[in-house]
Amino acid sequence: MSRQPLHYIPTTGFRERSKAVVEDDFLQKSFRGAMDFLMAKRAAQFPDGNEFESLRRLGEQIRRNSLDKLPALLTQLEANLVRNGIQVHWAETPEEANRIILAICEKHGAKRMVKGKSMVSEEIEFNHAAEAAGVEAIETDMGEYILQLAGEKPSHIIMPAIHKTKAQIARLFEEKIPGVAYTEDVDALIQIGRRVLRQKFLEADIGLSGVNFAVAETGTLCLVENEGNGRLSTTVPKVHVAITGIEKVIEKLEHVPPLLSLLTRSATGQNITTYFNIISRPRQPGEKDGPEEVHLVLLDNGRTQPFADEELRQTLQCIRCGACMNHCPVYTHIGGHAYGTTYPGPIGEIISPHLLGLEATAALPSASSLCGACGDVCPVNIPIPDLLVRLRTEVYSEPCPDARLKGQGAGYSPWMTAIWRAWAAIYGHPALYRVYSWLASRLNWLTPARQAGWTSVRTPLTPAPRRLRDLLKEKR
Amino acid sequence: MSARDRILQRLTAVQAKEPSPAPEPEHWYASRARNESADGRARRFAAMMEGARAEVHRVDRHNWVEKLREILAAKSIGNLLIAPDTAHGSAARDGLANSGIACLAYDRPIEAWKPELFHHVQASLTAARSAIAETGTLVLWPDAHEPRLMSLVPPVHFVLVDAAHIHATFFDALRAENWAAGMPTNALLISSPSKTADIQQTLAYGAHGPKELVVLLLEDAP
Ligand code: SF4
Repeated sequence: MSRQPLHYIPTTGFRERSKAVVEDDFLQKSFRGAMDFLMAKRAAQFPDGNEFESLRRLGEQIRRNSLDKLPALLTQLEANLVRNGIQVHWAETPEEANRIILAICEKHGAKRMVKGKSMVSEEIEFNHAAEAAGVEAIETDMGEYILQLAGEKPSHIIMPAIHKTKAQIARLFEEKIPGVAYTEDVDALIQIGRRVLRQKFLEADIGLSGVNFAVAETGTLCLVENEGNGRLSTTVPKVHVAITGIEKVIEKLEHVPPLLSLLTRSATGQNITTYFNIISRPRQPGEKDGPEEVHLVLLDNGRTQPFADEELRQTLQCIRCGACMNHCPVYTHIGGHAYGTTYPGPIGEIISPHLLGLEATAALPSASSLCGACGDVCPVNIPIPDLLVRLRTEVYSEPCPDARLKGQGAGYSPWMTAIWRAWAAIYGHPALYRVYSWLASRLNWLTPARQAGWTSVRTPLTPAPRRLRDLLKEKR
Repeated sequence: MSARDRILQRLTAVQAKEPSPAPEPEHWYASRARNESADGRARRFAAMMEGARAEVHRVDRHNWVEKLREILAAKSIGNLLIAPDTAHGSAARDGLANSGIACLAYDRPIEAWKPELFHHVQASLTAARSAIAETGTLVLWPDAHEPRLMSLVPPVHFVLVDAAHIHATFFDALRAENWAAGMPTNALLISSPSKTADIQQTLAYGAHGPKELVVLLLEDAP
């Protein structure tokens, strides 16, 4: 197992990392192939555009309505979970969440943890904290297990190891798992993973999982998965800890079916996943398996920031299906690691600024061509392009003392703002524009050969020697 | 002040706007309802399950043990985990006596026999509470008699489901069975054998749960 600590790299190296991936032909081809595959599978699940539109409107309504009542639903969820015997913890920061989970481990003397897939546990970098505390936290989702062996982070929220080829995985298994010979046979590789991890399930003292939907009215936690590792992690060990963001709560059980359908069809193009695991209680007297204790950790980590703003609140509607990244031309070219954040792609560009502040994520809202594909496929109708434009404005506007967003104005530059203001004035006044264009065409030999970011990958912009209006005048 | 209070305070400090209109999933589902017979639902359920690599056998409800024995023999399965204090569990045990297939009972807490369950048990038999036609899904409510791991750890999982208990959608199942009135410790939807596509998007079965899912769909003899 890799013992090197894994930290998220700051987003400052975003351009360099993106460039490295864009120049790698092999990665380009494999990302393209993987995204085409996921897009085709999703499209096959929504043959009827009207059905998709009406279902996603329903999904949007459910998520919006739940968010509008968020504080009340969170207290209702807590009361019902507690009534059901599930212990509820609240954490404002990743450190606090890690402390809570590790305290539960310590109370039970738990040293061996099996983990179901949880992006929130990635967000709080739990594995690193666990290692420091001497708790062995094993990822059991096949993709996550592969990455843990390789000492890497997920590059996609649904298909974490999407950047890895079977040849790389074959070499990794041969190298890291004792007694395993090189094989590129995918079935054989999965069976190797199954055998190793079954032993881990058998020995584990505690299981950790994420949550897809938390139902307030019944005090119920729902988990979506295909492999069965989520069910094993939440059933075999004597303690189960679930962790989720505070936005995951929904009001009613009957809100689950439409969201589940939108989630699985958008994510992997399946009409439903293999397992939908619905947990409402720890083991009851007389029951022969299941954890004796179940805990839920509710994490804020910056989510209350977009909640406070009516437009940005829509960010929290997300059900983490990953469709926006699968359809994003930027994600397809640079892959998930370039972003340097837990959540890559369009959803990462709109949520990371709240989790990490705009100083650390200033480049992200601009990592989009605003083509609109993300907004078109989002199953809960989040207007992602609008939110990107809003965040760009927040990044580049003059810092104001009572800013709502952490790091507002992080990209502000007085001269850049002055230039754009001047340009806006010129462009907005025909007379000024006429003078400007006359000067620009006459003095075009003065344009610099290096034009800030523009010329790093493009030829310089030079005004034509004659204006279009002059050419037209001659024609007449 | 605790983290809880601070988080809730930040949320409640936001000027509450009128909540957006309440979602009405029943309208959406009603508008898309099919006029389908019970047999139509059973057929759709079976087709969807088979499409997801489950085996489905439509059997006479009085004769399923026969079929079970046949399949176990064909798959050369040597032992079957059953829930002894359920009607179907004891029917299987009686029916498999002298068949050479050992019936193992899940009659003690998991802690007492975990390694045996993981390493020794070859197959299991459970009932499903109901099923869903739209997605080809089994609904299981494990309980003290038929514990949760029965449908998860053994490599082959046999499931009995009554053709009369097939709902059109998950939404219909929730509503008709009034789930919100009282949830069990654990409820499960199962729609295929365990699978993964985590290695180069190549679908592989038998990831962590059962490699094979065999459904015995119980019907009235024609
Ligand atoms: S923003 Fe929309 S498309 Fe992207 S992950 Fe969230 S729900 Fe899916």
